[in-house]
Amino acid sequence: MRAVIGKPIDRKDARLKVTGGAKYAAEFKVNNVAFAFAVRSEIGNGKITAIDTGAAEKETGVIKVLTHENAPRLKPYVQQEVSKTGGMTGEQFLSLQDNKINYYGQYIALIIAETYEQARGAAKLVKVNYAKETPAIDLEKELPNAEKPQKARGEDVQTNEGKTAGIIAAAPVKIEQTYTTPTENHHPMEPHATIAVWDGADKIKIYDATQGVIGAQGIVAHFLSLKPQNVQIISPYVGGGFGCKGSQWAHVLLTAMAAKSVNRPVKFAITRQMMVTNVGRRPETIQKVALAADQSGKLAAIRHENNSYKAFSEYFEQSGVQTKILYSAPVREITYKIAKFNINAPTFMRAPGETPGTFALESAMDELAHELKIDPIELRILNQTAVDPLQNLPFSSEYLLDCYRIGAEKFGWANRKSEPRANRSGRYLVGMGMATATYPANRGTAAARIQMTADGNVKVMSATQDIGTGTYTIMAQVAADALGVPVEKVSVELGDSFLPPAPVSGGSQTAVSVTSAVLAAAEMLKKDLMAMAVGDKNSRLSGRNIGEITYADAKFFVRGDSTKSDSYVEILRRSGKKVIEACATAKPFSTKKPNESNPEAKKEQGGGQNGQGGASPCSPAQPDAELDSNKEKYSFHSFGAQFAEVIVDEDLGTVRVSRFTSVQDIGRVLNEKTARSQIIGGVVYGLGQALMEETQYDKRWANPINRALADYHVPVNLDVPVIDVHFIGKDDPHISPIGARGIGEIGITGVAAAVANAIFNATGKRIRDLPLTPDKLL
Amino acid sequence: MRPFNYSRATEAGSAVKDVSANKDAKFIAGGTNLLDLMKEGVENPNALVDIARLNLSQIREMNGGISIGALARNSDTANHPLVRQNFPLLSQAILAGASAQLRNMATNGGNLMQRTRCQYFYETAMPCNKREPGTGCGALEGVNRIHAILGWSEKCIATYPGDMANALYAFDAVVKVRGADGKERAIPINDFHRLPGDNPEKDNNLVHGELIQSIELPKNNFAARSYYLKVRDRASYAFALVSVAAALEMDGSNIKQARVVLGGVAHKPWRSAEAENTLVGKPATDDTFKAAATAALKDAKGFKYNEYKIELGRRAVVRALQRAMNGATA
Amino acid sequence: MSENGTVSLNLQINGEKHDLQIEPRVSLLDALREFIGLTGTKKGCNQGACGACTVLVDGERINSCFALAVQYEGREITTIEGLATGDELHALQAAFIEHDGFQCGYCTPGQICSAVGMFNEFQNNLPSAVSAKMTGDYEFSDEEIKERMSGNLCRCGAYVGIVDAIHEAFDAEAKR
Repeated sequence: MRAVIGKPIDRKDARLKVTGGAKYAAEFKVNNVAFAFAVRSEIGNGKITAIDTGAAEKETGVIKVLTHENAPRLKPYVQQEVSKTGGMTGEQFLSLQDNKINYYGQYIALIIAETYEQARGAAKLVKVNYAKETPAIDLEKELPNAEKPQKARGEDVQTNEGKTAGIIAAAPVKIEQTYTTPTENHHPMEPHATIAVWDGADKIKIYDATQGVIGAQGIVAHFLSLKPQNVQIISPYVGGGFGCKGSQWAHVLLTAMAAKSVNRPVKFAITRQMMVTNVGRRPETIQKVALAADQSGKLAAIRHENNSYKAFSEYFEQSGVQTKILYSAPVREITYKIAKFNINAPTFMRAPGETPGTFALESAMDELAHELKIDPIELRILNQTAVDPLQNLPFSSEYLLDCYRIGAEKFGWANRKSEPRANRSGRYLVGMGMATATYPANRGTAAARIQMTADGNVKVMSATQDIGTGTYTIMAQVAADALGVPVEKVSVELGDSFLPPAPVSGGSQTAVSVTSAVLAAAEMLKKDLMAMAVGDKNSRLSGRNIGEITYADAKFFVRGDSTKSDSYVEILRRSGKKVIEACATAKPFSTKKPNESNPEAKKEQGGGQNGQGGASPCSPAQPDAELDSNKEKYSFHSFGAQFAEVIVDEDLGTVRVSRFTSVQDIGRVLNEKTARSQIIGGVVYGLGQALMEETQYDKRWANPINRALADYHVPVNLDVPVIDVHFIGKDDPHISPIGARGIGEIGITGVAAAVANAIFNATGKRIRDLPLTPDKLL
Repeated sequence: MRPFNYSRATEAGSAVKDVSANKDAKFIAGGTNLLDLMKEGVENPNALVDIARLNLSQIREMNGGISIGALARNSDTANHPLVRQNFPLLSQAILAGASAQLRNMATNGGNLMQRTRCQYFYETAMPCNKREPGTGCGALEGVNRIHAILGWSEKCIATYPGDMANALYAFDAVVKVRGADGKERAIPINDFHRLPGDNPEKDNNLVHGELIQSIELPKNNFAARSYYLKVRDRASYAFALVSVAAALEMDGSNIKQARVVLGGVAHKPWRSAEAENTLVGKPATDDTFKAAATAALKDAKGFKYNEYKIELGRRAVVRALQRAMNGATA
Repeated sequence: MSENGTVSLNLQINGEKHDLQIEPRVSLLDALREFIGLTGTKKGCNQGACGACTVLVDGERINSCFALAVQYEGREITTIEGLATGDELHALQAAFIEHDGFQCGYCTPGQICSAVGMFNEFQNNLPSAVSAKMTGDYEFSDEEIKERMSGNLCRCGAYVGIVDAIHEAFDAEAKR
């Protein structure tokens, strides 16, 4: 049934959000809570030789000052053990466990006081002596010593090294250019915040702004040596994440340690400044792209060399990922050189890899089109591929050509003048540009529980998150259709690690993973309810074969004869049960055996175990090789096309994006309203990347110069034009029984290239260094 | 933020006495800059004297010009009929700054007092002669994209970040201040802010404890031809890379009087006598404007990251004069 | 001032009086969130650079992070919690839902309070930086709304829906 799936219904959580009633992590009322504030290191590398907390401790209201000298000890950091927890830490070391300074801004002490202002004020009074060493922070300088990583998250990353040199050298037409992208910060509007409340020595409840309650539970349990079932993470509303809330950063454990050491609840809401130095970022990249083509524009080879850094974690920016699957070049070479920095670890940020990577690849494609005097869309159509070129697998569903066609039509691409500087409006230059968007369709293992109460109301529960993405709403929609009940009757609970486990809200995997579980649980519940009806001699369906029965409007009835019916409420009333429930775990199809070191496997084992109050265990839904993301048969990706029109004031170097069209092939649309918002949001994030976002570092101290939102510019309302979004709307028949792919990230991909290409079309200036600020356009 | 003693002034005289008597005391009104700096630990007053409720917020006609109260809010000033009619450049400059919320809090006096946005000034771990004399200038050899190209010294290359003051410089405003002796003195606006020289810790020529009471703008004939241009990294709610307050008074087809003030380029609003002299007596053509722009930036010298401001400054001067000539705010 | 450095004050919020004993350094924002329990007003940057903390004071929008609570005694403060009438949402709140003027919801209370204040300013003929003239007669256009709302950042990028919601709620009333 598809009564409500796909419809643009209002968000389930909308009313709470517009009235101020939605509670974010720092807002839970906890009695006797104390406030924490961190002292951060003022050198980029070295050691603490002395730390004097005396003055801070004397301040009114200060309860305790934690440093590496007196902080509670955590289980030592051993990566192999951490990977078994199902969670991720942002960095592979622990705060306040030793005197080592790894980077500027690292937490080195924590003030705990009665009020926020007391803690913040006292933090300024801690005196630190350091033994300084030179920090590594300059990419150009560090690259000669960079390593060539072989694996990232278990997969090979160096592809066909050296295999394209000959083809490129011999090619009749080639583009060889270097593109650079800067450090960018996530800056969700809600800074990270944690409240830790101990219940005795072995139980803890943590309110946390996180994209993954199960991951947080695993990490907290591991390092505090607690049982996971004694660690409850609560996160019903998250004020944006974009990746920085996907792993656990130091403040979470610090808050738990602080609460333990003062024997009362502690709240630690980090500052906007700490958002720059302590919770990851998108690292800068230097990318060299070479395209080799014949005169017709047919690609013979693509080479994408990626240079970036890592720091205190395994994360590095895989800016070559889109180059693995876009275009039909027979040979492609994708390589990485990764330096090591003294900086808080970089991390996933909205479409990690594709965001900087599509800027480089899609700018290069535009350069090739210009060189060949071919329309940029024609060039892409000519080189389009329906199979994943490296894996040689068909895409699960792929309508990229439709995206180009529809986008061109809606945007008015035909009006574009192919020669740069040919379109003027008064004193301004006008340009149009486009780029391809792409992002993988990830799916993980998720569980969901559904309850139906005697009044016919339905509750859907999963330890997933809604970070603004619309998870509450689509879970309700899927449950409503699966059970044939009005969506108003369905409530949703999420953001609680005691609910059935679900993956981190990252990699655009939540929609497909969690709705698959909701669907499976709803089917189980419906089957149980149906069995109750046919097995009840007082039912009009008594003795009927289940195959003859269908459902709608909260009733079962005999197919073709709606008079022979029985309502859910009646069935429950006669049974005397106050509530029935079902819990299902849905996982992608895999022939691989689960093993201990696989976090997915661990999560599955956790299924149902964490449930409280005697809830039923979650039964596995049997994955189907055709319907459940079979990666051995299909390559799963979303595609799209981005179109930008810019107005450039060439004298002053200022750019306004005047129109934007985004056409997305993301499988089935679960909610037209929230999906559209997701794509618009991605595009706006991309406009920021294109035009203004950059964190610069002073390489002498390794400190960020843009310290907060006043000088790290993100788009304001006036920067954003009307954004026209279209969906292909065709189900992906292989990703899941529902056919939807995630859309949190694809919206940003290609945006910066579309804007840069439009600026080239307007001005004839090709800028290969983001962001495209006025100083670069003069 | 350090703890401080708070008192609400009911009368200007005693407020001035209270602050004058304590070198670590400060006035607070809108708070939009001071509280930021206190939260960062850049400013650490031990006492705040709240002057927000003093009766210093009138805006009134004065000999054909206007007097605007020090405590009139930016938004009320920008919206006042006299300002909009006779000093549209001032309305425009105010509206180009900050956000509506901040303009609803910020006062005119506070706006003159706002401190630089130099990141080395804000980051207390960095050297900064303005924040802590003698520690050096972090920006000089650092990331100085937003820094000064005119009037800087080896001690400090910070810029004055405001917008409103640029218009006040164009209007030859006079700042009326009250001292501890109860007497009022008048400071021509061009003498209000300082260049950094050897004492960058001093932003302006006020004596500690002096209170700005009003700002007087004499009558002028610029209302028909003035323009405030602000170039920034995004469309709104950002400090200027370069801004220009331009105003022209015509005598037939020739320029009778001109004003060119650049913002974002120096430790104070940079009124360019060179540019103005180049304009006066000439026809209002693009060539004249370009000559004025060249004159305005003649002595400009940039650093590693802000060389672009010199060319951008020239172009902004030309554009602002063109827009002024076209009566963009009329 | 008492020995622990606190002062007593009274704030008038959403029509109710609140007695507080707090240090003068407590911002209006923290007074609302941490001392009174009105957490609808958000802390995004705590330094006037994001607008998440926007509240109305005597009907005018301000950033509560840059306000010392003690400075706002005797003023009528309205927060997001005070906009609806009982169960009936303010027209703008309803329009935000209809047009999906938010995703994560964290900037939303500030956006809504800001837009209410913005509309009062517009009706009072206050010009903006994008107004062609300073002398009046402004159109309630996308461009005017966007500029006037640029003091409220939304990192989810819901600006398109926000502008649509503002049109929906106020167009009929907007002075031509």
